[in-house]
Amino acid sequence: MSTDELEADLTRQTENSPRELLTRTFFFLCAGLSIVTTISIVVLLVTEAAKFFTITAPLMGVTGPTASIVDFLTGTTWQINSQEFGVLALVTSTLMITIGSAVIAIPLGVATAIYLSEYASTQARSVLKPALEILAGVPTVVYGFFALIYITPALGTVIPQIGTFNMLSASIVVGIMIIPMVASISEDAMSAVPDELRQAGYGMGATKFDVATGVVVPASLSGIFSSFILALSRAIGETMAVTIAAGSRAQFLNPLNPASYLEGALPMTAAMVQLLTGDITGGGLAYRSLFAIGLVLFVITLVMNIISDFVAQRYREEY
Amino acid sequence: MSQQNTDEQTTSEQDAGDGGSPDPTDDEMLIQTDVSESVDETSGTRRRETVVRAEHVDVWYDDNQALSDITMEIPEQSVTAMVGPSGCGKSTFLRCINRMNDLIDSARVEGDLYLRGKNVYDDDVDPVALRRRVGMVFQKPNPFPKSIYDNVTYGLEIQDKGGDYDEIVERSLKRAALWDEVNDQLDESGLELSGGQQQRLCIARAIAPDPEVLLMDEPASALDPVATSQIEDLIEELARDYTVVIVTHNMQQAARISDQTAVFLTGGELVEFDDTQKIFENPESQRVEDYITGKFG
Repeated sequence: MSTDELEADLTRQTENSPRELLTRTFFFLCAGLSIVTTISIVVLLVTEAAKFFTITAPLMGVTGPTASIVDFLTGTTWQINSQEFGVLALVTSTLMITIGSAVIAIPLGVATAIYLSEYASTQARSVLKPALEILAGVPTVVYGFFALIYITPALGTVIPQIGTFNMLSASIVVGIMIIPMVASISEDAMSAVPDELRQAGYGMGATKFDVATGVVVPASLSGIFSSFILALSRAIGETMAVTIAAGSRAQFLNPLNPASYLEGALPMTAAMVQLLTGDITGGGLAYRSLFAIGLVLFVITLVMNIISDFVAQRYREEY
Repeated sequence: MSQQNTDEQTTSEQDAGDGGSPDPTDDEMLIQTDVSESVDETSGTRRRETVVRAEHVDVWYDDNQALSDITMEIPEQSVTAMVGPSGCGKSTFLRCINRMNDLIDSARVEGDLYLRGKNVYDDDVDPVALRRRVGMVFQKPNPFPKSIYDNVTYGLEIQDKGGDYDEIVERSLKRAALWDEVNDQLDESGLELSGGQQQRLCIARAIAPDPEVLLMDEPASALDPVATSQIEDLIEELARDYTVVIVTHNMQQAARISDQTAVFLTGGELVEFDDTQKIFENPESQRVEDYITGKFG
């Protein structure tokens, strides 16, 4: 090979060939699409919500009725007909669903994860894992239907004073819905714990219970917490099941009082569905309140995701 | 105790095990069945009681036989080394002693293995209780992601053992020759330590509940030469109180630290078991001599 040929061969610049550039651009655009979408949604939410509040509406060039941001954030009455937009009535309802579903999904999900990761035989796993995936794949409208038709009447036999639409049944069904998420993310975290640590435990004369609770769970704690937060974000954003099961009457309830759960209420997502399917006119105040609720919902889930990332970073497993 | 053992030898399970072994080779004849005697003769030290006695132990992983007809006696307060090429079953044998093989679904153990006269493979033996008497140190240092203090007390915690934990932690870490290096950082994670320190922490963790036997599965193979030499010194020290059984692929290490050496060769066969000095200077078996002098393996 002559020097010229060698020179030509070594300076081909394969990295910048048209094909490489083309594919790189294509993949970048695909990846960029999700970012663009996210940004568009945020911009839309913020600009539309801005038209709702008295303080920002003039900036958007909106005339007509607006709502006070303070009344919106601190009011406890949500009554569109009388122009009362107190989002707390909706936020507390969502909070109730979150607490209620957490009470169900966290213990059951973690217990399932421990069973799958530490106790289950290969055979048991091969049945349980797909079953959980199916549970996760059931359309949420089916869950809502299930709550209304089965869970509420079943609860009624125990608690006669329970309403047809109630937060308890909605919480239960959302809890069931997010069990697979808690279980599967927690199990991933537990399975990632190196086997050497289990061996160390067993070698010391630890029982399965000792190893599961004293070695595996502490070592995978950050993954388990992440699963809680992600699953609860899902519970907060869950719409269809709560719309069906929780009813349509907005009221401000105390989330920490168990009796509250026997009544129906209107979580944020369900309120948005109600607004969209009702006879409100586009451009009106009620219509704009939709975006204000959406923004609040978005901020809550965003904060949860940030917490989740923080927890995962701060308490990252180091084995 | 010995009476009971003799009785055990004639069980039907034993007979089946014997019949199953391919050929009672000459090598088998070479195995010293009474180690305590030989210790008496050669070194003139006091007679040592047998702590672990294996009789016709076979191990299978599914259909692959990993160990074949292992019979040997391990005397107390000494270092017994198990050497041999990869896949010869030396680690498998170690894991038979504390029944860690139970954790492997495909593993099947036949034959009898006695800890001070009690067959640990009897139906009524709880492997968890057994492992509390037979400590283990693994190839790769595996401290828990907990503080140094909590690592050492782990065995006591799970056994609900009372006592002065501070004192036990100090004593165990001193015995593991780690105290001077870590006594001001007991609350820090065990994972902050260097590899050699981690392995000594694992040794401290293993000896804190005061086991009878200490099993070590190539404890220095993942360590640098300095850390290895520290661990070796420590093992010799530990043999004053404990019965140490160590698996190693390093012949020099076995020669340096062990009192007895068992040579396993490919096929899961125990070819020769004798005083370390005898094994290295004048082995009975040609195969062992070939292995030790590096002709194969």
